[in-house]
Amino acid sequence: MGETMTPGRDDAPPGTSKRADRVEDATLSLVEPKGDSLSAKTVTINRPRQALYDYWRALENLPTFMENVERVEAVGDGRYHWVVKAPAGRTVEWIAAITEDRPGEAIGWASEEGADVPNSGRIDFRDAPGGRGTWVTATILYDPPGGVIGKVVAKLFQREPAIQARRDLRRFKQLMETGEIATGARTARQLAEEMD
Amino acid sequence: MRALTWHGKHDVRVETVDDPEILNPRDAIIRITSTAICGSDLHLYDGYIPTMQSGDILGHEFMGEVVETGPKSTLQKGQRVVVPFTISCGSCFHCSKHQYSACDNGLPADNQDIAQAAYGQPMSGLFGYSHMTGGYAGGQAEYVRVPFSDVGPIVIPDGIDDDKVLFLSDILPTGWMAAENAEIEPGDTVAVWGCGPVGLFCVQSAFLMGAERVIAIDHFPRRLELARRFGAETINYEESRTYDALMEITGGIGPDACIDAVGLEAHGFFADNVWDQIKVSTFTGTDRTHSIRQAILACRKGGRVSMPAVYGGFVDKFPLGAFMEKGLTLKTGQTHVQHYMPALLNAIMEGKIDTTFLISHRMPLEQAAEGYRLFHDKQNEVTKIVLKPGMDLAQTA
Ligand SMILES: NC(=O)c1ccc[n+]([C@@H]2O[C@H](COP(=O)([O-])OP(=O)(O)OC[C@H]3O[C@@H](n4cnc5c(N)ncnc54)[C@H](O)[C@@H]3O)[C@@H](O)[C@H]2O)c1
Ligand SMILES: [Zn+2]
Ligand SMILES: [Zn+2]
Repeated sequence: MGETMTPGRDDAPPGTSKRADRVEDATLSLVEPKGDSLSAKTVTINRPRQALYDYWRALENLPTFMENVERVEAVGDGRYHWVVKAPAGRTVEWIAAITEDRPGEAIGWASEEGADVPNSGRIDFRDAPGGRGTWVTATILYDPPGGVIGKVVAKLFQREPAIQARRDLRRFKQLMETGEIATGARTARQLAEEMD
Repeated sequence: MRALTWHGKHDVRVETVDDPEILNPRDAIIRITSTAICGSDLHLYDGYIPTMQSGDILGHEFMGEVVETGPKSTLQKGQRVVVPFTISCGSCFHCSKHQYSACDNGLPADNQDIAQAAYGQPMSGLFGYSHMTGGYAGGQAEYVRVPFSDVGPIVIPDGIDDDKVLFLSDILPTGWMAAENAEIEPGDTVAVWGCGPVGLFCVQSAFLMGAERVIAIDHFPRRLELARRFGAETINYEESRTYDALMEITGGIGPDACIDAVGLEAHGFFADNVWDQIKVSTFTGTDRTHSIRQAILACRKGGRVSMPAVYGGFVDKFPLGAFMEKGLTLKTGQTHVQHYMPALLNAIMEGKIDTTFLISHRMPLEQAAEGYRLFHDKQNEVTKIVLKPGMDLAQTA
């Protein structure tokens, strides 16, 4: 049998693999990997690649759909100051640099030394088959604060990065497809309470 | 404003709450003129549906007048509209295929997790039906916030009574889609399990689609009588054995198409036990799926089964063997209301479909709690209660 029949390998994305070596491969796809906990998630958005890339590339836009990101500010040289909500009303901050930028295709970032939560990630935009818009894949690598315990605590607060990424991607999809983010609130006050 | 709020099992109250506000660009605020209590609201009333919170406003069948619009709404103040019970964005892949109840974006992002765990993918949002379906306030109130108002509500021309068009919001399109899913051919005999509002609209729709005979099955005499008024033959399952009766009536062949309009639970998506099943993955299996089993066994070989009835999660003793051996087709789903509204509005205006026969009671919104009690206790007499926020108490007598 030829090389094409690699036993035990399938076509599933590395982020869904049960095998550690494939997760490592995915990690290596990050330009400057930071952290040790990987999550990857894909969503299909019924909009062209370039439009999605453009919105995301203006990183200041991220708080519109990333619930726990308070703000992102450009500090020059492709570097950005992130302020992110953490459990118990705290915030964590870091400076992250753009490590990869391919218009209409991919954006990568990695935190610099001294980050409260070392992290790196990339977002890929690919044409979905059958003219169904764009596949948007977010791959995030991070050091959970306090290691395993921190991860458990973060889960309780629904700020665990894998859950957060999944919900943020849904909000990004809603904003891009419908122009707004769905809410079940009835009044502005209820909406504000939900955002807390 | 005044609104019917839920506080627990058999505890609903009309209370004063904050008015709804425009929160998103595509929103509109509707002043409710008519709103119905649905059979599936009784499941909330009975406390079967999880993720309800005290103070939630119920109601998913409603219509009214546009009083406020967001900058991206296409509605105009003063227009009369009927609002679909499904909350759908109109711009995702599914909406573009008119599969509105499968909309990707109707549910708030955080509320999608439960539906995703239960069904594999999240479904559209619903008005007034727990937080699993989005936590949207319902229309048994003086006012309601309607998201995606540029694609959902249908504008009603002046001069047509509320009572004629109100049921475009849910049960009429549901009965119609169920009949369409039965793929009726000329000469067909169609059997309909359940003569609630959905079943009765199935009966009317099946005849309009060319069925030669429709056989309606229930045990409430008044509901069977209504089915007969539309030309159906009837089986009272408390007096006759349904399968045997169907075989005799069809010369041993079985109905060409069978429609299950009974169901396990209402709209609710969830039977009371499903949430626990998801959580702990123990399959306790419910044994309440009688009507769908009967429909499959009675259906003729190569026939069609249509299931508008809502089932919650897992079912036990599903006759998969009969289904396979006979080569049946099953079609189902929450109704794609937005898809059916325009044609059904025309059919109403042309007098081809009558909806008003269903309404047994009209009450002011202030009496909503009594309405729930009445509907709950007297299913034979009560076919549909319509609440009218503007209605004078004196008019009810
Ligand atoms: N697919 C959708 O989008 C959608 C929309 C609306 C309603 N529904 C569902 O449709 C179903 C019917 O709705 P409805 O408002 O008419 O409900 P309903 O409760 O008013 O009517 C159900 C009828 O079925 C009868 N029945 C019970 N067991 C029976 C049996 N074994 N054989 C024959 N009849 C039996 C009852 O006596 C009752 O009259 C429900 O499951 C509801 O949730 C689905
Ligand atoms: Zn209903
Ligand atoms: Zn949609």
